[in-house]
Amino acid sequence: MALVLDLLSWVAILIGAAAMLIGALGLLRLPDVFARMHGAGMIDTAGLTLILLGLMLQAGLTLIAVKLILIVLFVVYTSPMTSHALARACLLAGLRPLGRVEADEGGGRSSR
Amino acid sequence: MLRALSLAIGLAVLWLLLSGYWHEPLLLGLGLASVLLSVVVAGRMGGLDDEGHPVHLLGRALIYWPWLIKEIGLANWDVAKAILGWQGPIEPTVFAVRASQASDLGRVIYANSITLTPGTVTLELAGDRLLVHALTRGAVEGLQGGEMDRRVRRLAG
Repeated sequence: MALVLDLLSWVAILIGAAAMLIGALGLLRLPDVFARMHGAGMIDTAGLTLILLGLMLQAGLTLIAVKLILIVLFVVYTSPMTSHALARACLLAGLRPLGRVEADEGGGRSSR
Repeated sequence: MLRALSLAIGLAVLWLLLSGYWHEPLLLGLGLASVLLSVVVAGRMGGLDDEGHPVHLLGRALIYWPWLIKEIGLANWDVAKAILGWQGPIEPTVFAVRASQASDLGRVIYANSITLTPGTVTLELAGDRLLVHALTRGAVEGLQGGEMDRRVRRLAG
């Protein structure tokens, strides 16, 4: 049983670490700030959740596991706000995303 | 009043789990005092309405969350493939989608769900129009399919 838990925990931690590595690679490789935010999104969803899941399996049913769950919950609730604030700040600062724009270049947006 | 009670219970459980002190009357008393203070402050700030403490959504959220987690998993796989270049060049796109939820809370949940899913970030929420930045063609089509919109509408009107 302990072996199964150890294996599951290792799988979760390794996949999480791979997600973090790929996300970090995305931060370097992707062309502009808006695209790079998607790489960061991988880090704080799959990367963080899977690594903490692996740690929870190591902790067992203890208060430590509860605290790890709370970390995941708080990050999942706050990271969309910070991502959105960052994207909006970039737009308002005059950065234009690379690539195709299919929206009707929202009339009032540029004047604000 | 019921919302104040549910917030107090939630905060008390959080305090007990974080501190791990179950037996010390002084510390428990201080914890109780901080819970009450927090509830009073939240009430005075107007945070005890259906937006500040949307506990009434909890039941339906238990249906929505597993679906959202599945979507986040799939989206992570797509973004990983895009970053590693396994599916040709990326196609960053800015496009608009309509949020069909009637309440502000529903729209914000929709916008945040989009941002939380890797591969799509909400740039702007104005009225019922969302401006979204997507990394790949698949992410654009996934969102335009409208399933997330429908599910959030079922969650929070």
